[in-house]
Amino acid sequence: MNLKALAYELRKDTVDLIRAGKAGHIGGDMSVMEILVELYFDQMNISPENMDSPDRDLFVLSKGHSVEAYYSVLAAKGFFPKEQLHREFSKFGTRFIGHPNNKLPGIEMNSGSLGHGLPVCVGMAKAGKVDGRTSRVYTVMGDGELAEGSVWEGTMAAAHYGLDNLCAVVDKNRLQISGNTEDVMAHDDLHERFRSFGWNVIDVADGNDIDELHVAFEKAKSVKGKPSVLIANTIKGKGSPLMEDKAGWHHKVPNDEEYTQIIKDFKKAEEAVR
Amino acid sequence: MGKTANKQMICEVLMEHAGADRDIIALCSDSRGSGSFTPFVEKYPEQFVETGIAEQNLVSIAAGLAKCGKKAYAVSPACFLSTRSYEQCKVDVAYSGTNVKLIGISGGVSYGALGMSHHSAQDIAAMSAIPNMRVYIPSDALQTRELTEALLKDSKPAYIRVGRNAVDPVYEEGTFSLELDKAVTVCQGEDAAVIACGEMVKPAMDAAEMLAAEGIHAAVIDMYCIKPLDEEAIIKAATKAKAVVTVEEHAPFGGLGSMVAQVVGRECPKRVLNMSLPDEPVITGTSREVFDYYGLNAAGIAARIKEALA
Repeated sequence: MNLKALAYELRKDTVDLIRAGKAGHIGGDMSVMEILVELYFDQMNISPENMDSPDRDLFVLSKGHSVEAYYSVLAAKGFFPKEQLHREFSKFGTRFIGHPNNKLPGIEMNSGSLGHGLPVCVGMAKAGKVDGRTSRVYTVMGDGELAEGSVWEGTMAAAHYGLDNLCAVVDKNRLQISGNTEDVMAHDDLHERFRSFGWNVIDVADGNDIDELHVAFEKAKSVKGKPSVLIANTIKGKGSPLMEDKAGWHHKVPNDEEYTQIIKDFKKAEEAVR
Repeated sequence: MGKTANKQMICEVLMEHAGADRDIIALCSDSRGSGSFTPFVEKYPEQFVETGIAEQNLVSIAAGLAKCGKKAYAVSPACFLSTRSYEQCKVDVAYSGTNVKLIGISGGVSYGALGMSHHSAQDIAAMSAIPNMRVYIPSDALQTRELTEALLKDSKPAYIRVGRNAVDPVYEEGTFSLELDKAVTVCQGEDAAVIACGEMVKPAMDAAEMLAAEGIHAAVIDMYCIKPLDEEAIIKAATKAKAVVTVEEHAPFGGLGSMVAQVVGRECPKRVLNMSLPDEPVITGTSREVFDYYGLNAAGIAARIKEALA
C-alpha cells in the first residue's frame, strides 16, 4: 500500500468530513495525517479484528481536536463505515463527537482537554510492563499542548518507570490558535527538555514524510529502558498552500472556492507521491 | 469492632484480596503514609504505583491502568484528589468510563489546623456534578469495609471520601450488612427526619437519643450513598416527619443538604434545615473543635431538630 498517497486520500476525506459536519480543526488534521497513517497502517498491531485483545497496541490522540483526521483514518481502517461518519459527524445525537469518543469502536479514551493523553498512556504502558506484554503504547500531542503542566508530570513518570514500550509524538506544526507557538509560549529547546527528563529523543526533520516517520518509529522500538519521543516537524494545513502555515486555518470550514483549490492541491501532491 | 480509621480499613480490605486478585493496583501521590497504605506497598510492591506529588498524573495513570484491565485505587488526600485532579476525574475516569476508585483520604476538615488548603469541603458538590461518577461517604469502619467489598465487585468509577482519624462505631459487627446504594435507617422516629453522612451520622444518632428522653422521636438516616442518592429512603422518612434536618461535613452548597432539599421539595414539600460547614474558611482547630464550634455535634444537632419542629 502506498501510504504517502493514502495520506492525501485521507486528507480529502477529512476536508469532506469537515464540510459535512460544518466544523473542524482543519490545520492540525492536515499536519498530523502522516503520523496517524504510519501508526495505523504500518506500526501498530490494531484492527477491528483484534480491538478487544489485551495484546493490541494502544493509541490515545492527546491532541483530540484533530479528531476529523483520526476518524478518517479509523474509517479507512474499517472500524466504522465512512458513509456513516460523514452522515453523522457533529450532528444532533451522534456518537461522532467533535473530540474522540471511546463509545466508538477503535477509540480507547475520550480526549479533548489537552495534557491528558501522555499521563493516561503512562498508566497503559505501566500495565503492559506489569503484565509482561510486548505490545506498545502511542500518543500524539500538539506542540501548543506542551504548555500544559500535566504533560510534564507524565513525562517525569514515564522516565521514572523506564517505559520503553511508550512512544509519544509531538506534532510540531509551530502554530496554535493565537499564533506562533514561540510567541505564545516558547519551547524551541524541546529536544533538550525531553532529554533532561530522561527520554530518548528522535528528531523527525519532515514529520509529513512517511519514510522518515517509519525510520523514527523503528528506532524508538529498539531503544530499551526509557520512553521515546518523536519530535515531528510538520506543517499546519499541509497539502494545500492555501492553508499551509496559517494560524487562521486552525479551525475553519473551507468555502466552495477554497474547497476546489484545496482538492486540486491535494490531487497534485498525491500524484507526485504515486 | 475496634478503632480502625476508615482509610486503614480500605487498605486492609484491598490487602485481603490483592494476593488472589493481581489486577488490584493501588496508586499514591506521595500519600502512602497518610493514606495508611504502607502495609500494602510493602506486601504487594508490584501492585503499587507511586506517582509522586502529582495528583493529575495520579488519576490519569490510574485511568490508563484501568483501561488495561486493572482495578485501580487512586489514594490521595481528598482536598487534592477532588479539586487538583478534577478534570482528570471528569475526562479520564468518568467520561472515559474507566474502573478507577478514587479514595479521598483525610476528607472534610480532618486535617484541622492545617487550614483551608487541606480541607475538602467541596468534594461532594464537585464529584456529584460529574455524570457517571458515584460518591460515597461511609460513616464508620464496618460500613467502610462492606462498601469497599461491594465496590470491588463492580467496574464503574466511584469517589469515596474517608476521614483521617478512627471514628466511633455506628454499626455492630454481625448485625450489619450493606446493601449498595441503599441508605441505612439507624434510628427510628416520626417527628423529624435527620439525614446525615460520614462522621456526622454518629452525633446525629446521639442527638436522637438525647431528644428521645424529651419525647421527641427523630429518624436518623445514614446516607453514605450520596450518589446515586437513595431518594426512596429520603421520601419515606420525610413524608412521615414534620421536618427534615440534614448534617454534613461539607460546604453549605451542592452537598447532601442541597440534594435532600431538592428531593423533598419535589416529592413531599416541608421544612428542610441544613447543617454544614460555613461558606468561609473554617475556624482553626482540630476537627472535633471545628465541629463543636459550628454546632456539628449531638447538642447542636438536637437543638436544630427542635428548631425545625418549632
